[in-house]
Amino acid sequence: MPVMSYIQAVTAALREEMLRDEKVFILGEDVGKKGGVFRATEGLYDEFGEYRVLDTPLSESAIAGVGIGAAMYGMRPVAEMQFADFILPAVNQILSEAARIRYRSNNDWNVPITIRAPYGGGVHGALYHSQSVEAIFANQPGLKIVMPSTPYDVKGLLKSAIRDNDPVLFFEHKRAYRLLKEEVPDEDYTIPIGKADVKREGSDITVITYGLCVHFALQAAEKLAQEGIDVHILDLRTVYPLDQEAIIEAARKTGKVLLITEDNKEGSILSEVAAIIAEHCLFDLDAPIQRLAGPDVPAMPYAPTMEKFFMINPDKCEKAMRDLAEF
Amino acid sequence: MSVKRHEALGLTDTEVIEMFKTMLLARKIDERMWLLNRAGKIPFVISGQGQEAAQVGAAFALDRTKDYIAPYYRDIGVVLTFGMTATELMLSAFAKAEDPNSGGRQMPGHFGQKKNRILTGSSPVATQVPHAVGVALAAKMEKKDFVSFVTLGEGSTNQGDFHEGLNFAGVHQLPVITMVENNRYAISVPYDKQVASSNISIRAKSYGMEGVTVNGNDPLEVYQAVKEARERAIRGDGPSLIEAVTYRLTAHSSDDDDKYRMKEEVAEAKKNDAIVSFKQYLLESGVMTEETLDNLTKEIDTEVNKATDYAEKAPYAKPEDALKFVYEE
Repeated sequence: MPVMSYIQAVTAALREEMLRDEKVFILGEDVGKKGGVFRATEGLYDEFGEYRVLDTPLSESAIAGVGIGAAMYGMRPVAEMQFADFILPAVNQILSEAARIRYRSNNDWNVPITIRAPYGGGVHGALYHSQSVEAIFANQPGLKIVMPSTPYDVKGLLKSAIRDNDPVLFFEHKRAYRLLKEEVPDEDYTIPIGKADVKREGSDITVITYGLCVHFALQAAEKLAQEGIDVHILDLRTVYPLDQEAIIEAARKTGKVLLITEDNKEGSILSEVAAIIAEHCLFDLDAPIQRLAGPDVPAMPYAPTMEKFFMINPDKCEKAMRDLAEF
Repeated sequence: MSVKRHEALGLTDTEVIEMFKTMLLARKIDERMWLLNRAGKIPFVISGQGQEAAQVGAAFALDRTKDYIAPYYRDIGVVLTFGMTATELMLSAFAKAEDPNSGGRQMPGHFGQKKNRILTGSSPVATQVPHAVGVALAAKMEKKDFVSFVTLGEGSTNQGDFHEGLNFAGVHQLPVITMVENNRYAISVPYDKQVASSNISIRAKSYGMEGVTVNGNDPLEVYQAVKEARERAIRGDGPSLIEAVTYRLTAHSSDDDDKYRMKEEVAEAKKNDAIVSFKQYLLESGVMTEETLDNLTKEIDTEVNKATDYAEKAPYAKPEDALKFVYEE
C-alpha cells in the first residue's frame, strides 16, 4: 500500500473520480496549468485538458455559481476556493442557492457540487490565510460539511462528496497537507458522509474533535497513557449535519467530555456538540463539558508569538485532558 | 394592408398569432392574480405587465425543446412560452401542493420546472446569471447544441453576480444569452439613480461580447435580437447581452404603493402597451381578423377561469411536508 500525504490523497481522489465519471470536472483559480497554489490538482490539467480542469477568473461567486449551474444541468463540479478565507464572496451562492435548491424546488432540481477549500492555521498565514470558516455554514440545512483528519479519510470522503447528490463543503487543513502521511489504498473506496469515527479507544475521558486537532489530541493521549489516563477520541469527520448517535455514545462512554477546535470558541461546531450532549447525556456526565478552542479574537495574527498563542497544540490538549481526568 | 414584418424574420402567421396569444395569456393571468390578491385570496403578486412582448418575443426565438432558461420573477411570458401552463402558475399563486415550481414553498414568481428546463430561481437578484453560465459551460464541455438564456432587471445588473457571470461567459465564449428587461425602475429607484452608463448593453463591451439595445415593446424586434444571439452562440461565437427597454405598468408588487412616480408617466407608457400595439399590427397586417381575436380572447378567459378554479380548490401540502427534501431521500 503506498504512503500518501494528506494532499496527495486529495489529488488521488480527484483523479480517480475524473477517470471514473467524465461528468466530474474541476474549476477554480490557478487549478489548471499551475496545478493549484498548494498543488492539489497537480498533473490533472495535462491528463484531462483545459475544460476538465478549468482556470477561472478570480471571481469566487462565479466559481460557486457557475459550478451550481453546471451541477443543476447534471455535471459533477468540484470547485476550489483557493483559501477558505476567500469563500465569503461566494456565500450567497452557497447558502441562498446551493443549500436551498432541492428544498425550494420541492425536489425537482438538485446540486451535486463539491466545494473544496484549504482552511486552518499554523502556517504563518495571518488573519486571511488561517481561518476556520465552518461555523458560518454549519446551521444551513441542505449543506454538508466534511473536514477530514487523515489521508485515508481524505480519499474516501472526497470520493463520497463528489458522488453525493447534494452540495458538500470539503475543508482541508492546509497544515495537514504535507505534515500528515499514512498508507492509503490504491483501490477505490468510500467513507460515508455523516459518520464520525473513533480514532482511539479509551475509558477515562472522551475527546471530541475534528481536523488537525485530532492529531494533537492523539499525541497528547499517548503521553497521558504513560500516566495511566486512558483517552477516548472521536473524530467528527462530518461537522454538519453532526453524527448525533456517535457523539452521545462517546460522551456516555466516559462521562467526561472535552471538545477541541481550532476555530474561535463562541458559536463554533463545539457549541452544537455541547448542546447535543447536554440534551441527551446530562445524567451520564461526571464533569462539566469542557471546550478547548481558539480565543474569541477575529482571527490569528501573523507574528509567531501571537500565532502560537492562538493555535491549538499537543501541549494545550494534554493540559486540558489532564485537568478533566483529574476533575 | 401594411407590411408583414414577421415574414422577413421567418415567422408564419400562425406563429405570430401564437406569440400574441401567449402575451395576452400572460397579461390575463397577471391581472387575475391582482384581483385575487385584492380579494384577499392570495397573499402576494409580482407582475410582468408591460414586459410580455420582450418575454414572449425572446422565448419564441429559443429552441423550446432543448435550450435552458433561468428566468427572473417577472417572466410569466417566458415560462408560459417554455411550457408552464396557466393552471401551474395559478397553483403557484395559491401556494398549492401541485405547484410544479416549488410545491407551494416559494412565493409566486420564483419559477422552476425541470421537465421544461426552467432552472429554479430565488429572491436575491442576479444569482441566476452564473447558473445560466454554468449550464452554457456544460453545453460547451459536452459539445451540445443548446444555449442557456437568462433574464434580469436593469437594477440587478449592478450586482456582482451579473458582472462575474458575464465576465466568465465572455472569457470562455460560452453559449449564453443574457437579456436585461429594462423596465426603468428597481422598485422605486429610476434608471438614472441605478446605472451610470447611458444604457445597459454597452456593458457588454467590457465582457467581450455582443451587446444590443432593442425596443422591448416590440416582440418582433426582441425575437430578431435573440434569434441572432442564439445563432452566434450555436456557431461558437459566444455570449450576447440584450437590453429590452420596456416599462413596468404595475407597482413593483402587491405590497408596493407606487407613489414614487407620476400617474401621468404610467398613463403615457400605457399608450405603448405591446398588447395593444401588437394586436393592432396583427389586425392591420391581415394576420388576424376581429373574429379570430374575439375567439382567442374568449379561449384565454376560459383558460384563466378554469386555472383559477382548479388552483383554488387544489389541496395545500400537508404541514409536515415542510420537513421533506432537505437532502436526497
